[in-house]
Amino acid sequence: MKEDIILAGVGGQGILSIATVIGSAALSQGLYLKQAEVHGMSQRGGDVQSHMRISSDPIHSDLIPKGCADLIVSLEPMEALRYLPYLSREGWIITNTVPFKNIPNYPEMSAIEAELGRLPHVIALDVDAIAAEMHSPRSANMVLLGATAAVLDILDADLLREGIRRIFSRKGEAIVETNLQAFEAGIRFAQNLK
Amino acid sequence: MADKQLLLGDEAVALGALHAGLSGVYAYPGTPSTEITEYIQAHPLAAEGAVHSDWTCNEKTAMEGALGMSYAGKRALVCMKHVGMNVCMDAFMGSAMTGANGGLVVTACDDPSMHSSQNEQDSRFLGTFAMIPVFEPSDQQEAYDMTRAAFDYSESKGIPVLMRLTTRMAHSRAVVNPGDVRDQNQMHLPEHPRRWVTLPANARVRNRELIADNATFEEDACRSQFNWLSDGKDHSLGIVACGIAYNYLMENFPEGCPYPVLKVSQYPFPCRLANELASMSGKILVLEEGQPLIEKRMRGVFPTAVEIHGRLDGTVVRDGELTPDEVRKALGLEAHPAYPASQVVVPRPPALCQGCGHRDFYTALNNVLKKDYPTAQVFSDIGCYTLGYMAPLHAIDTCVEMGSSFTMAQGAAYSGVWPSVAVLGDSTFTHSGMTGLLDAVNAKANVVLCISDNLTTGMTGGQDSAGTGRIEAICEGLGVERAHIRTIVPLPKNYPDMEKVIREEIEYEGVSVIISRRECIQTLRRHAKK
Repeated sequence: MKEDIILAGVGGQGILSIATVIGSAALSQGLYLKQAEVHGMSQRGGDVQSHMRISSDPIHSDLIPKGCADLIVSLEPMEALRYLPYLSREGWIITNTVPFKNIPNYPEMSAIEAELGRLPHVIALDVDAIAAEMHSPRSANMVLLGATAAVLDILDADLLREGIRRIFSRKGEAIVETNLQAFEAGIRFAQNLK
Repeated sequence: MADKQLLLGDEAVALGALHAGLSGVYAYPGTPSTEITEYIQAHPLAAEGAVHSDWTCNEKTAMEGALGMSYAGKRALVCMKHVGMNVCMDAFMGSAMTGANGGLVVTACDDPSMHSSQNEQDSRFLGTFAMIPVFEPSDQQEAYDMTRAAFDYSESKGIPVLMRLTTRMAHSRAVVNPGDVRDQNQMHLPEHPRRWVTLPANARVRNRELIADNATFEEDACRSQFNWLSDGKDHSLGIVACGIAYNYLMENFPEGCPYPVLKVSQYPFPCRLANELASMSGKILVLEEGQPLIEKRMRGVFPTAVEIHGRLDGTVVRDGELTPDEVRKALGLEAHPAYPASQVVVPRPPALCQGCGHRDFYTALNNVLKKDYPTAQVFSDIGCYTLGYMAPLHAIDTCVEMGSSFTMAQGAAYSGVWPSVAVLGDSTFTHSGMTGLLDAVNAKANVVLCISDNLTTGMTGGQDSAGTGRIEAICEGLGVERAHIRTIVPLPKNYPDMEKVIREEIEYEGVSVIISRRECIQTLRRHAKK
């Protein structure tokens, strides 16, 4: 069994915290994992992505081949579309709907929504608003991870919950709880769609 | 035996070095190499063993510090990005002549596709050039294992080893099974003291030894556990796969590669194994990350009986990073069905952070130059502030290599450019700008040299900067007149004052230094959290 995920966003949004939780869960199950990250100049407000591969068998390439990603998980809607050539025909996009506009020529939201609308498997949600409702605006990432959990096959939600506990435990129980609540809100949103 | 760990390639090198009994890491930050040193700095073994891990001023001082540690019999690691090799080349070439006493491993992280760099140079050439063995791991476990092996090899053969990583290896995580921890060496002086004095009479003797040793190194590469020749049922093609290219090859054959493959992770290039491969197949495809080093060598000048394919004949893309898709195409396999690229998406280039002091400095500089000095040229340098080139600032005219702003501005000023302005950061200043400033003072150049001081090495994530708190003193010590060392605070409310200072120093005929100082907002946030 194998699952290939592209995590996307804008430098500084924090896609790597999502990767860290998934990675911790995968490691706890003794699964193979490769995770290619972006460090350096691109982190300064540019587009960033991480190729994350999880498998029960050894993984060769650090990069996902085009047309092979099972999931694109994005904290920003245009960034979700940037990696479309990597998505498998049966693959899912799970994306935040809130645009991050730090460029003068950001496209019309209607064009982005239309393109997402043409794809067969999309979960689009306003993770910022959901996180704010939960009184934890800084846990938007975990809302997105929750929505992802609904379509992620290789790791079940309990393993991700344990991952959240492990990753955030050194910041205190309150932070763990906030992140877990955000995660649950993401799961609920995705389940209501199904 | 420690537990399995999820490590970046960089971190696997760092842990391998610590477990190999490292006494010191010597490095200047540079993407994609920075995380090696950062991992060592944060690791408990480094504190327990008093492992040296302070950042150095530049890659040359790093290489020399490590060479001194090796001279004293202890194990040293040097880390840098590929272009850092240019800075340390004098010391690196020298280390081939002295050889190593304590294990000495030099890690160069290349950046094909220039994710965060100004060129694509391939450090493997430098191993060949210096006659130093090169290790090129293909995955994170090998990065760990090969670092340990590199220290053993260095110490047993008395030669430094060049470890070559590329961005994808450096910045990708995978599960690594670490081994046992070995003690550091005790101090012991070299057995061959003459080698360490490279007078011509000694160096000639040593050069012949090194040439002879290279035959041994090549035979060692043929027998290395990290290189192997595997047969396949289909001999219509033979493949040479170097380093990480091996993964992209295997990715495309989940059931196993049908062709014979020579996997290469240790150099000098194992020619005997390559000849064995050529005896299996008259058509060879070379897959290597970086420049076509091996392909060119195999191809030679005169026609051969063996067909060679790779980057030079367009079978593989000529430049840029390899990908599983590029390798798939080179193998003649059909692409996986995929969606076309979205037409809605626009590029999102990196930019200076909102609230960054470089922005405010450039704004004030632009206000002066664009309005009153249209002939001005601004020579800039390597760092976050290179992003001042982008819209809407368009504040700089050049960026070449570390320190070049201060010196290029002098050559241009001498040729008639006025005002000739240079801008570099505090870390770049202490890396390679100080000597250029002394040149300017000695030549009484008519230049305005600006140090945009954010109190850190910003671009690579906020490492300590060598001259923090002493920039004015350094400039004064190098002979800049006190009256023309001006310090400003880059904030919008200060634009009138900043512009006045810039104008005054442009009008002064001689060497001016303007220090624009405000802490990097990224490190400021981090400090605020503490």
